[in-house]
Amino acid sequence: MSPNAFTLGRIVRLSILSLGALLFLAPYIFMISTAGKAQSDIFTSSLNLIPQHWFYAENFAKAWSRVHMPTLLFNGVIVCLMILVIQVVIAIPCAYAMAKLKFRAAKAMMVLVMLGLLVPIHATALPLYVAFDRVGALNSYMALVAPFSISVFGIFLFLQFFRAMPDDLIHAARLDGMSEIGVIARVIVPNAWPAITAFSIFSVVAHWNDLYWPLIVVSDQAYATPPLGLLYFRAAEAGDDYGALMAATLIITSPLVAAFLIAQKRFVEGITMTGLKG
Amino acid sequence: MTTLSLSNIQKSFGGNHILKGVSLDVQPGEFIALVGPSGCGKSTLLRILAGLDSADSGEIVINGREVSGTQAADRNIAMVFQSYALYPHLTAAQNIAVPLVMRRLTRTQQIPFVAPLIPGQRKAVAEIHRDVREMAASLKIDHLLDRKPGQMSGGQRQRVALARAMVRRPAVFLMDEPLSNLDANLRVHARGEIVELHRRAGVPTLYVTHDQAEALSMADRVAVMIGGSLLQLAAPQVIYDDPQHIEVAKFVGQPRINLVSSHAEANGVVALGTERCALANRGLAAGTSVTLGVRSEFVRVSRSGNAGLPAHVERVEFLGSEIIVYSKLDAIGETMIAKVTPAEGAGLGPGTPVRLSAAAEHIMVFGADGARLASAPLVKSAVKEVAYA
Repeated sequence: MSPNAFTLGRIVRLSILSLGALLFLAPYIFMISTAGKAQSDIFTSSLNLIPQHWFYAENFAKAWSRVHMPTLLFNGVIVCLMILVIQVVIAIPCAYAMAKLKFRAAKAMMVLVMLGLLVPIHATALPLYVAFDRVGALNSYMALVAPFSISVFGIFLFLQFFRAMPDDLIHAARLDGMSEIGVIARVIVPNAWPAITAFSIFSVVAHWNDLYWPLIVVSDQAYATPPLGLLYFRAAEAGDDYGALMAATLIITSPLVAAFLIAQKRFVEGITMTGLKG
Repeated sequence: MTTLSLSNIQKSFGGNHILKGVSLDVQPGEFIALVGPSGCGKSTLLRILAGLDSADSGEIVINGREVSGTQAADRNIAMVFQSYALYPHLTAAQNIAVPLVMRRLTRTQQIPFVAPLIPGQRKAVAEIHRDVREMAASLKIDHLLDRKPGQMSGGQRQRVALARAMVRRPAVFLMDEPLSNLDANLRVHARGEIVELHRRAGVPTLYVTHDQAEALSMADRVAVMIGGSLLQLAAPQVIYDDPQHIEVAKFVGQPRINLVSSHAEANGVVALGTERCALANRGLAAGTSVTLGVRSEFVRVSRSGNAGLPAHVERVEFLGSEIIVYSKLDAIGETMIAKVTPAEGAGLGPGTPVRLSAAAEHIMVFGADGARLASAPLVKSAVKEVAYA
């Protein structure tokens, strides 16, 4: 039987999957549709997926002119990139030490990592806010990045990955004359790309879409991340102009959608890997 | 002068005494096989020697320099691992070059892109390329240099690992069961190759294995390690013919040595069930437990006559050039293994009554502590003429 043959079971499976996909995609599809509708179109009593008057150009122009989109996107890229780089630079040596070096505090550190995994950002948000306020660091990239510089999730994910790396590889590297930093840079990192990719996806998606923390520490539009900018747009500019709002949302989500489509294979690999090991 | 000297190395892991004071000297250019059953501490010893693990006490001297406190990288030791431990992201050529790059280039000379601008860097890199190619040619792996470990077979990986270890001409060469991941045919072939490489390079080598055939066939001297102690260090022939400890006798030799436990009676007479045999050493105190050992090729099996101990054949294994006969001694119910020629073994089958004998000079006597009682060979053939008492 050829793998492409449409057997009954396959048809049933595919239709269930398609139905599920449609269900989850429905809000996004509706958003795309709304972004192309005129105000009068949106507020009709009937529900149309295809806009009666094509209003895409007008809505996108409105969205682009009313908020400073380049600033939002730039802030998003800078913040996500800084968070990611710092997280990886801190988590990899930390996870390496915990996975492969013998030291007395290893067990205590493992407990701390586990505890760290249990505490959500919402629990520490208030003290962090007060601290940033005291040092006058609100409304800055630092306030957006610093709380996420140490990712216990990242440490945990890399730890699981490094544990599976053979000890002999590290022993060989030491005998070949590498320092511990050398081992990390020349042996661990080049072989940890699947884990780094998976972690990058999780980190970037989480922080690009994060509204909670930027809402707390940023009130200046110059430092607004994309979701926060969207909020300002809704509150101050758009009012009930849902067409323009949806157009703005489309612009903001498009980088992630594009990135996902490009890196789809890796993304799935990353999720299955953490599924197996985490 | 010794190249490498270990003295009284001790190591414990959480109350487990892994190494109980191991001392070992390696002469220049020597090939020593460290052999023992798994878990005897031989790999731990190798790791301590390489600087990957630290000993609780003891001294390691390499070329006259005490190295206990120095880092693995500074000991000038190369090691081939059981898993080969090749860097999966580098090609064979890059793998072989790593130890040279780490040693010959300074930190700044290793920076990508910028480094070629630094004086001397290009020349050093060219030399590294040349050495890698030479090493690869001598191991016949030139055609693999552009492949990554994932694209190579086990045998090819093993050669690349050997090349990586040998390329920097270390003071001591350590191998941790480098052949155990190869299939049987390749293993025998690789044995010869490693010995040949060692002969050409002349680097003193410590070769860890659990395979006695490897140890006996490759090494200048064999060190038998059991339960964390080095029981005997001698030439392969001596280890086989003249083991100083019962554990050595048991570990070396295939099929394993026949051992019969007994105890001494007055005047150095040893009881074997209802039979008696005399020891040359009459001073052995009565009641002392002893163990008699005889290698299977020295046990004679005869179906006629009444010389020797009566036994019945249990099982016969035909191995082509030889036959292994398992027979149970009637007197004490102990199974004895005899290696005989097909002619001698013809007609033997389960249940055949036979008589077993062995020449006196082939019988070893071990004391209760396992040490060989050198002064106590049997006077007369141990199991041939009995009835002294």
